[in-house]
Amino acid sequence: MKVISETTYYIICGSLLVFTVLTYLAALVDLGEWNLVVALIIAAVKGSLIILFFMHARYSSHLTWMVIGAALLWLGILFSLTLSDYLTRIPFASVLIF
Amino acid sequence: MQKAEQFPELQYRDLDQQREAAELGMWIFLTTELLLFGGLFISYAVYRHTYPEVFAEASRHLDTVIGTVNTGILIISSLGMALAVYGAQTAKRKRLLFGLIAAIVFGTAFMVLKGIEYYHHYLNAEFPGLRFDYSVPDAKGKQVFFFLYFAMTGLHAIHLTIGIVLVCIILYLAYRRRFSPDYYTPVENAVLYWHFVDIIWIFLFPLLYLIDVHK
Repeated sequence: MKVISETTYYIICGSLLVFTVLTYLAALVDLGEWNLVVALIIAAVKGSLIILFFMHARYSSHLTWMVIGAALLWLGILFSLTLSDYLTRIPFASVLIF
Repeated sequence: MQKAEQFPELQYRDLDQQREAAELGMWIFLTTELLLFGGLFISYAVYRHTYPEVFAEASRHLDTVIGTVNTGILIISSLGMALAVYGAQTAKRKRLLFGLIAAIVFGTAFMVLKGIEYYHHYLNAEFPGLRFDYSVPDAKGKQVFFFLYFAMTGLHAIHLTIGIVLVCIILYLAYRRRFSPDYYTPVENAVLYWHFVDIIWIFLFPLLYLIDVHK
Protein backbone atom coordinates (compact mmCIF):
# COMPACT_ATOMS: atom_id res chain seq x y z
CA MET A 1 0.00 0.00 0.00
CA LYS A 2 1.13 3.50 -0.78
CA VAL A 3 2.70 5.40 2.12
CA ILE A 4 1.43 8.98 2.34
CA SER A 5 4.14 11.37 3.57
CA GLU A 6 3.93 13.11 6.94
CA THR A 7 4.04 16.50 5.21
CA THR A 8 0.78 15.69 3.40
CA TYR A 9 -0.87 14.81 6.72
CA TYR A 10 0.29 18.08 8.32
CA ILE A 11 -0.95 20.12 5.33
CA ILE A 12 -4.36 18.38 5.39
CA CYS A 13 -4.65 18.89 9.16
CA GLY A 14 -3.72 22.58 8.77
CA SER A 15 -6.28 23.15 6.03
CA LEU A 16 -8.96 21.36 8.09
CA LEU A 17 -8.28 23.75 10.99
CA VAL A 18 -8.43 26.75 8.61
CA PHE A 19 -11.75 25.49 7.22
CA THR A 20 -13.08 25.15 10.80
CA VAL A 21 -12.30 28.82 11.52
CA LEU A 22 -13.82 29.67 8.12
CA THR A 23 -17.03 27.81 9.06
CA TYR A 24 -17.30 29.88 12.22
CA LEU A 25 -16.57 33.20 10.46
CA ALA A 26 -19.02 32.42 7.63
CA ALA A 27 -21.74 31.81 10.23
CA LEU A 28 -21.22 35.34 11.61
CA VAL A 29 -22.11 36.91 8.23
CA ASP A 30 -25.80 37.20 7.40
CA LEU A 31 -26.30 35.35 4.10
CA GLY A 32 -29.94 34.44 4.72
CA GLU A 33 -30.77 30.99 3.41
CA TRP A 34 -27.23 30.65 2.05
CA ASN A 35 -25.66 30.38 5.51
CA LEU A 36 -26.74 26.73 5.65
CA VAL A 37 -25.54 26.04 2.10
CA VAL A 38 -22.11 27.60 2.73
CA ALA A 39 -21.73 25.68 6.01
CA LEU A 40 -22.62 22.39 4.31
CA ILE A 41 -20.28 23.03 1.36
CA ILE A 42 -17.36 23.72 3.74
CA ALA A 43 -18.24 20.59 5.75
CA ALA A 44 -18.37 18.54 2.52
CA VAL A 45 -14.93 19.84 1.46
CA LYS A 46 -13.52 18.96 4.90
CA GLY A 47 -15.13 15.51 4.76
CA SER A 48 -13.71 14.90 1.27
CA LEU A 49 -10.19 15.88 2.40
CA ILE A 50 -10.44 13.42 5.31
CA ILE A 51 -11.77 10.59 3.11
CA LEU A 52 -9.25 11.17 0.29
CA PHE A 53 -6.08 11.65 2.35
CA PHE A 54 -6.54 10.71 6.04
CA MET A 55 -8.51 7.60 5.02
CA HIS A 56 -6.29 7.40 1.88
CA ALA A 57 -9.29 6.54 -0.34
CA ARG A 58 -7.44 8.35 -3.15
CA TYR A 59 -4.93 5.49 -3.23
CA SER A 60 -7.41 2.68 -2.50
CA SER A 61 -8.72 0.09 -4.95
CA HIS A 62 -11.64 0.84 -7.27
CA LEU A 63 -13.68 -1.63 -5.23
CA THR A 64 -13.32 0.68 -2.20
CA TRP A 65 -14.40 3.64 -4.34
CA MET A 66 -17.50 1.69 -5.29
CA VAL A 67 -18.37 1.09 -1.63
CA ILE A 68 -17.95 4.81 -0.87
CA GLY A 69 -20.07 5.65 -3.92
CA ALA A 70 -22.75 3.20 -2.80
CA ALA A 71 -22.79 4.76 0.70
CA LEU A 72 -23.34 8.23 -0.77
CA LEU A 73 -25.93 6.92 -3.25
CA TRP A 74 -28.05 5.34 -0.49
CA LEU A 75 -27.70 8.43 1.67
CA GLY A 76 -28.85 10.43 -1.36
CA ILE A 77 -31.89 8.19 -1.82
CA LEU A 78 -32.75 8.54 1.89
CA PHE A 79 -32.56 12.33 1.66
CA SER A 80 -34.12 12.94 -1.75
CA LEU A 81 -37.14 10.67 -1.26
CA THR A 82 -37.87 11.94 2.27
CA LEU A 83 -37.40 15.61 1.43
CA SER A 84 -39.37 15.34 -1.83
CA ASP A 85 -42.32 14.72 0.47
CA TYR A 86 -41.70 17.21 3.30
CA LEU A 87 -40.44 20.11 1.15
CA THR A 88 -43.41 19.96 -1.25
CA ARG A 89 -46.24 19.93 1.30
CA ILE A 90 -47.91 23.14 0.13
CA PRO A 91 -51.54 23.57 1.21
CA PHE A 92 -53.66 22.64 -1.82
CA ALA A 93 -55.75 25.84 -1.64
CA SER A 94 -52.73 28.09 -2.16
CA VAL A 95 -51.86 26.21 -5.35
CA LEU A 96 -55.37 26.82 -6.76
CA ILE A 97 -55.07 30.63 -6.35
CA PHE A 98 -52.21 30.80 -8.85
CA MET B 1 6.78 -9.33 15.00
CA GLN B 2 4.91 -12.61 14.87
CA LYS B 3 6.01 -15.07 12.29
CA ALA B 4 2.58 -16.56 11.57
CA GLU B 5 1.26 -13.18 10.46
CA GLN B 6 3.69 -12.93 7.57
CA PHE B 7 1.76 -15.58 5.66
CA PRO B 8 -1.73 -15.02 4.26
CA GLU B 9 -4.70 -17.08 5.43
CA LEU B 10 -5.62 -20.03 3.17
CA GLN B 11 -8.30 -18.21 1.17
CA TYR B 12 -6.02 -15.35 0.08
CA ARG B 13 -3.52 -15.24 -2.75
CA ASP B 14 -1.08 -12.97 -0.89
CA LEU B 15 -0.79 -10.57 2.04
CA ASP B 16 -1.83 -7.58 -0.09
CA GLN B 17 -5.10 -9.26 -1.04
CA GLN B 18 -5.74 -10.17 2.60
CA ARG B 19 -5.13 -6.59 3.71
CA GLU B 20 -7.39 -5.23 0.98
CA ALA B 21 -10.20 -7.61 2.00
CA ALA B 22 -9.96 -6.45 5.62
CA GLU B 23 -9.99 -2.82 4.57
CA LEU B 24 -12.95 -3.36 2.26
CA GLY B 25 -14.88 -4.99 5.11
CA MET B 26 -14.21 -1.92 7.26
CA TRP B 27 -15.48 0.41 4.52
CA ILE B 28 -18.68 -1.64 4.22
CA PHE B 29 -19.17 -1.40 7.99
CA LEU B 30 -18.68 2.37 7.79
CA THR B 31 -21.34 2.50 5.05
CA THR B 32 -23.89 0.99 7.44
CA GLU B 33 -22.72 3.46 10.11
CA LEU B 34 -23.26 6.35 7.70
CA LEU B 35 -26.86 5.25 7.13
CA LEU B 36 -27.39 4.91 10.90
CA PHE B 37 -26.37 8.55 11.34
CA GLY B 38 -28.22 9.40 8.11
CA GLY B 39 -31.52 8.57 9.82
CA LEU B 40 -30.77 11.19 12.48
CA PHE B 41 -29.62 13.75 9.92
CA ILE B 42 -32.83 13.38 7.90
CA SER B 43 -34.94 13.77 11.08
CA TYR B 44 -32.94 16.90 11.79
CA ALA B 45 -33.61 18.23 8.27
CA VAL B 46 -37.36 17.58 8.52
CA TYR B 47 -37.75 19.16 11.97
CA ARG B 48 -35.55 22.14 11.13
CA HIS B 49 -37.83 22.65 8.13
CA THR B 50 -40.86 22.44 10.46
CA TYR B 51 -39.52 24.77 13.20
CA PRO B 52 -36.92 27.04 11.53
CA GLU B 53 -37.08 29.97 14.01
CA VAL B 54 -37.30 27.77 17.11
CA PHE B 55 -34.24 25.77 15.98
CA ALA B 56 -32.28 29.01 15.41
CA GLU B 57 -33.27 30.29 18.85
CA ALA B 58 -32.51 26.99 20.60
CA SER B 59 -29.14 26.76 18.79
CA ARG B 60 -28.08 29.97 20.57
CA HIS B 61 -28.22 28.07 23.87
CA LEU B 62 -25.24 25.95 22.74
CA ASP B 63 -21.70 27.01 23.59
CA THR B 64 -20.18 27.98 20.21
CA VAL B 65 -16.68 28.38 21.69
CA ILE B 66 -16.63 24.85 23.13
CA GLY B 67 -18.09 23.56 19.85
CA THR B 68 -15.38 25.21 17.72
CA VAL B 69 -12.57 24.17 20.09
CA ASN B 70 -13.90 20.60 20.11
CA THR B 71 -13.87 20.51 16.29
CA GLY B 72 -10.20 21.54 16.35
CA ILE B 73 -9.42 18.96 19.06
CA LEU B 74 -10.99 16.19 17.00
CA ILE B 75 -9.10 17.22 13.85
CA ILE B 76 -5.78 17.15 15.78
CA SER B 77 -6.65 13.72 17.20
CA SER B 78 -7.24 12.58 13.60
CA LEU B 79 -3.78 13.85 12.68
CA GLY B 80 -2.38 11.70 15.50
CA MET B 81 -4.13 8.63 14.06
CA ALA B 82 -2.90 9.42 10.53
CA LEU B 83 0.68 9.70 11.83
CA ALA B 84 0.22 6.38 13.66
CA VAL B 85 -0.51 4.64 10.34
CA TYR B 86 2.53 6.34 8.83
CA GLY B 87 4.62 5.08 11.77
CA ALA B 88 3.28 1.53 11.36
CA GLN B 89 3.93 1.52 7.61
CA THR B 90 7.51 2.80 7.92
CA ALA B 91 8.40 0.90 11.14
CA LYS B 92 8.83 4.18 13.05
CA ARG B 93 7.84 2.94 16.50
CA LYS B 94 7.85 6.37 18.20
CA ARG B 95 5.50 7.88 15.58
CA LEU B 96 3.13 4.95 15.95
CA LEU B 97 3.01 5.08 19.78
CA PHE B 98 2.88 8.88 20.10
CA GLY B 99 0.27 9.15 17.34
CA LEU B 100 -2.00 6.72 19.19
CA ILE B 101 -1.38 8.41 22.57
CA ALA B 102 -2.16 11.83 21.03
CA ALA B 103 -5.44 10.46 19.65
CA ILE B 104 -6.41 9.05 23.07
CA VAL B 105 -5.53 12.30 24.89
CA PHE B 106 -7.34 14.58 22.43
CA GLY B 107 -10.30 12.20 22.15
CA THR B 108 -10.65 12.19 25.94
CA ALA B 109 -10.34 16.01 26.03
CA PHE B 110 -13.25 16.18 23.55
CA MET B 111 -15.36 13.93 25.80
CA VAL B 112 -14.57 16.05 28.89
CA LEU B 113 -15.64 19.27 27.14
CA LYS B 114 -18.77 17.52 25.84
CA GLY B 115 -19.53 16.39 29.40
CA ILE B 116 -19.20 19.98 30.69
CA GLU B 117 -21.64 21.09 27.97
CA TYR B 118 -24.12 18.35 28.88
CA TYR B 119 -23.88 19.35 32.55
CA HIS B 120 -24.68 23.00 31.69
CA HIS B 121 -27.68 21.91 29.63
CA TYR B 122 -28.84 19.87 32.60
CA LEU B 123 -28.50 22.88 34.93
CA ASN B 124 -30.32 25.14 32.42
CA ALA B 125 -33.22 22.65 32.24
CA GLU B 126 -32.55 21.86 28.55
CA PHE B 127 -32.38 18.08 28.94
CA PRO B 128 -35.63 16.56 27.56
CA GLY B 129 -36.78 13.64 29.67
CA LEU B 130 -34.56 14.46 32.64
CA ARG B 131 -34.87 18.16 33.34
CA PHE B 132 -36.71 20.39 30.88
CA ASP B 133 -38.43 23.74 31.30
CA TYR B 134 -41.77 23.49 29.48
CA SER B 135 -42.83 27.04 30.45
CA VAL B 136 -40.57 28.68 27.79
CA PRO B 137 -42.24 29.90 24.57
CA ASP B 138 -42.14 27.30 21.72
CA ALA B 139 -41.27 24.57 24.24
CA LYS B 140 -42.38 21.89 21.77
CA GLY B 141 -39.94 22.84 19.02
CA LYS B 142 -37.18 23.55 21.50
CA GLN B 143 -37.69 20.09 22.98
CA VAL B 144 -37.37 18.54 19.50
CA PHE B 145 -34.16 20.48 18.89
CA PHE B 146 -32.62 19.35 22.17
CA PHE B 147 -33.82 15.81 21.68
CA LEU B 148 -32.03 15.71 18.31
CA TYR B 149 -29.01 17.47 19.82
CA PHE B 150 -28.63 14.83 22.52
CA ALA B 151 -29.41 11.92 20.19
CA MET B 152 -26.90 13.05 17.54
CA THR B 153 -24.07 14.22 19.80
CA GLY B 154 -24.80 11.30 22.18
CA LEU B 155 -24.53 8.69 19.43
CA HIS B 156 -21.38 10.44 18.24
CA ALA B 157 -19.99 10.40 21.82
CA ILE B 158 -20.74 6.67 22.14
CA HIS B 159 -18.83 6.08 18.91
CA LEU B 160 -15.93 8.19 20.11
CA THR B 161 -15.84 6.27 23.42
CA ILE B 162 -15.67 2.98 21.51
CA GLY B 163 -12.93 4.54 19.37
CA ILE B 164 -10.88 5.53 22.44
CA VAL B 165 -11.18 2.00 23.92
CA LEU B 166 -10.22 0.55 20.52
CA VAL B 167 -7.16 2.80 20.23
CA CYS B 168 -6.11 1.85 23.81
CA ILE B 169 -6.13 -1.82 22.73
CA ILE B 170 -4.16 -0.97 19.56
CA LEU B 171 -1.69 1.01 21.69
CA TYR B 172 -1.16 -2.01 23.96
CA LEU B 173 -0.60 -4.28 20.92
CA ALA B 174 1.76 -1.74 19.35
CA TYR B 175 3.67 -1.49 22.62
CA ARG B 176 4.02 -5.30 22.58
CA ARG B 177 5.52 -4.94 19.05
CA ARG B 178 2.71 -6.83 17.36
CA PHE B 179 2.72 -4.62 14.24
CA SER B 180 5.20 -4.30 11.39
CA PRO B 181 5.19 -2.82 7.86
CA ASP B 182 4.01 -6.31 6.77
CA TYR B 183 1.12 -6.44 9.18
CA TYR B 184 -0.74 -3.43 10.55
CA THR B 185 -4.36 -4.09 9.53
CA PRO B 186 -5.81 -3.43 13.06
CA VAL B 187 -4.11 0.00 13.14
CA GLU B 188 -5.41 0.72 9.65
CA ASN B 189 -9.02 -0.20 10.43
CA ALA B 190 -9.09 1.62 13.79
CA VAL B 191 -7.83 4.71 11.94
CA LEU B 192 -10.61 4.44 9.34
CA TYR B 193 -13.18 4.23 12.13
CA TRP B 194 -11.69 7.21 13.97
CA HIS B 195 -11.72 9.41 10.84
CA PHE B 196 -15.33 8.43 10.12
CA VAL B 197 -16.39 9.58 13.61
CA ASP B 198 -14.48 12.82 12.95
CA ILE B 199 -16.40 13.41 9.69
CA ILE B 200 -19.74 12.97 11.50
CA TRP B 201 -18.76 15.68 13.97
CA ILE B 202 -17.64 18.01 11.15
CA PHE B 203 -21.23 17.93 9.85
CA LEU B 204 -22.85 18.08 13.31
CA PHE B 205 -20.92 21.19 14.33
CA PRO B 206 -22.35 23.75 11.87
CA LEU B 207 -25.80 22.11 11.85
CA LEU B 208 -26.28 22.25 15.64
CA TYR B 209 -24.08 25.10 16.89
CA LEU B 210 -24.08 27.66 14.09
CA ILE B 211 -27.73 28.24 13.11
CA ASP B 212 -28.13 31.99 12.49
CA VAL B 213 -25.48 33.00 15.06
CA HIS B 214 -25.13 36.36 13.27
CA LYS B 215 -28.50 37.57 14.59
